[in-house]
Amino acid sequence: MISIRNIVKQYAAHRALDDVSMEIETGKVFGLLGPNGAGKTSLIRIINQITAPDSGEILFNGEKLNQLHVERIGYLPEERGLYKKMEIGEQMLYLARLKGLSRAEAMRRIKLWFAKLEMESWWNKKVEDLSKGMQQKVQFVATILHEPELLILDEPFTGFDPVNAEIIKNEILDLNRKGATIIFSTHRMESVEELCDSIALLNLSHKILDGKVKDIRNTFRNGTYILEYEGAKLGFNGEAPFSVIAETSTAENHQVKLKINAGNRVNDVLQYMLPLAIINKVEEIIPTMNEIFIQTVSKAN
Amino acid sequence: MNKIWLIIQREYFSRVKKKSFLIMTFLVPVLFIGMYGLMFYLLAKQNEFGDKKKVEVVDESGMFLNKLKSSGTLEYSFTRDNYSLAKAGFLKSGYDYLLYVPVSLTGVQLFSEKKASAVTIQNIESGLSDIAQSQRLLTAGIDTAVLARAQKPVSIDARQITEAGEKDAQTYVAYGVGLISALLIYMSLFIYGTQVMRGVIEEKVSRIVEVIISSVKPFQLMLGKIIGIGLVGLTQFVLWIVLSLALTMVAGTMMMKNIGVTKTEQAGQMQHASSQHMAVSASAQAPENNAAKIMQSLGSIPVAYTLFCFLFYFLSGYLLYSAIFAAVGSAVDSETETQQFMLPIILPLFFSFMISMSYVINNPDGSLSIWLSMIPLTSPIAMMIRIPFGVPAWQLAISMLLMVMGFLFTTWVAARIYRVGILMYGKKASYKELAKWFMYKE
Repeated sequence: MISIRNIVKQYAAHRALDDVSMEIETGKVFGLLGPNGAGKTSLIRIINQITAPDSGEILFNGEKLNQLHVERIGYLPEERGLYKKMEIGEQMLYLARLKGLSRAEAMRRIKLWFAKLEMESWWNKKVEDLSKGMQQKVQFVATILHEPELLILDEPFTGFDPVNAEIIKNEILDLNRKGATIIFSTHRMESVEELCDSIALLNLSHKILDGKVKDIRNTFRNGTYILEYEGAKLGFNGEAPFSVIAETSTAENHQVKLKINAGNRVNDVLQYMLPLAIINKVEEIIPTMNEIFIQTVSKAN
Repeated sequence: MNKIWLIIQREYFSRVKKKSFLIMTFLVPVLFIGMYGLMFYLLAKQNEFGDKKKVEVVDESGMFLNKLKSSGTLEYSFTRDNYSLAKAGFLKSGYDYLLYVPVSLTGVQLFSEKKASAVTIQNIESGLSDIAQSQRLLTAGIDTAVLARAQKPVSIDARQITEAGEKDAQTYVAYGVGLISALLIYMSLFIYGTQVMRGVIEEKVSRIVEVIISSVKPFQLMLGKIIGIGLVGLTQFVLWIVLSLALTMVAGTMMMKNIGVTKTEQAGQMQHASSQHMAVSASAQAPENNAAKIMQSLGSIPVAYTLFCFLFYFLSGYLLYSAIFAAVGSAVDSETETQQFMLPIILPLFFSFMISMSYVINNPDGSLSIWLSMIPLTSPIAMMIRIPFGVPAWQLAISMLLMVMGFLFTTWVAARIYRVGILMYGKKASYKELAKWFMYKE
């Protein structure tokens, strides 16, 4: 869908993006992650053609990105807003028509979405009369009215209560199922694991990590397990095929956090333990995206 | 193009639909005409307003009895009481003033309980002087009728000779028209320019700007806004002109009739059929007649030409300044921060307005005037002052050409600042910063 190739963006004394490349596959949910100031917004603005890169290029379905693509992209910026004094219905119509919809078509779709999200009574209200959450809902609908092939959402869940966040999340997933590609920029790592197929991690203008979420988590597996056993507390020495990181004990239950030695596997651990104790549980600790994020970023710094 | 059109429509209708627009549009001409009418009315009827001041006159000279006529706000009555008696009884006499004229006419005194107003003193003085003067002339054996003929002032009838022939110069009308159009342009550049700036700040503060410019180019948004608001201004002007003309015509006919009637009454035996004609042709002494004269000669200026120039300089001046206003709006986070950038807008506007009002209007063909009417920043005001006096076609052409180049230039510069500025938050912008933004690549 989108190929980002060697993008460089320079502001006076500050390089916002330095040779950043990534691929965003059609029909997938792509997470664009990174700490504040990493260059996420700069990259998103370049994809939206709000600014242009100093060098490098972006391909949209194999074509060089141009003004015609604007109508096939929907963008929900992190800093969002609407005209405060304008009526909701009129405002939606305006935003939709700016994205190239005809008046009649825009009208039809707005009515459809308003019915779907129970917003019909808002048509003649002004934005300033709506709550923050309601405004966000209006803004979300305005973003997707023209049924974009590519949806760019910058922190889409901020400002929503949990109920509405869930509704919006389901709408996003629904759009994705219908074929929309989604770029999702966020700090909330739990939603990344839940929603994203692949991610790219930006830090200090550089891309420091990218790939499928599953693959990334696999590469961050480091042989750490939790093992729970019953019986007398064991002392582990150098004979064990693992080293102990931490131990906690109750009267009968002992829990060991261990790291398997190089060359050994979890089977070796079990083999070693079987004659010594009753094993209740063995579980691998795979780092969460949050841990990977913190680990990678702090290593890079 | 289609999208600019959408933006223009939004900017236009969101303003025109506002109640304040309707109120402004209808109230201003009504107020204007109302004020004009009131002034006119007061002028015509000034004698009937204000209380009559009663003046008791002790005339020892005997020169003024039955000659000093009550007029305007002064009502004279002569007393046979002697001076000291009248003076002693003054406070209880019910008169407002006591005028004492000694035999020699030196040491004339005016008494009153409150301080006498300067106008009253002047009126009495001139009344006395006129009578004393003709009395003395008579005593000296000079016929006052001969003198009146001899003293008739010379009045100049300014006329222009052009290729097309000879015509009235109408200098005073030119003066008035120039003044009013320059004032209107000066005010409207500020009013509508500020609206552009507010609009930009509103979009920036409400953060909708990023949503919009993911659909259209920043330049399209800026241009759409400028054109939309410009059309609002144009609509307002056209409505004002139409309403004012209509109201003036109605009020004018009514006033003409009034004057005609008053004149008829005064003249008594005038027999002209048309009362309007009478008002115009009657002697030029009375103030009402000056007004009538001006109204008549307004018809003598080339309305279409002046209107065209006015609209051109309003539009081009507006485009030039509103682009700068837009750039300023994009550089700040709130209206209070605009102060520091207002200087390049206020300075040339204010400067050209002040110079135009004091110098250009009195020297429409002076070289400073010509220069000011050429430089795009000052020409909308300076040229509008000059136009009613007549401007050579080549000067007008150069001025207009420079004006077009001027607004293209400011729009270009403003657009480069604008596209960066609207996305900058919480950054205290300085001129240096603006220059940096200007240099950014696309």
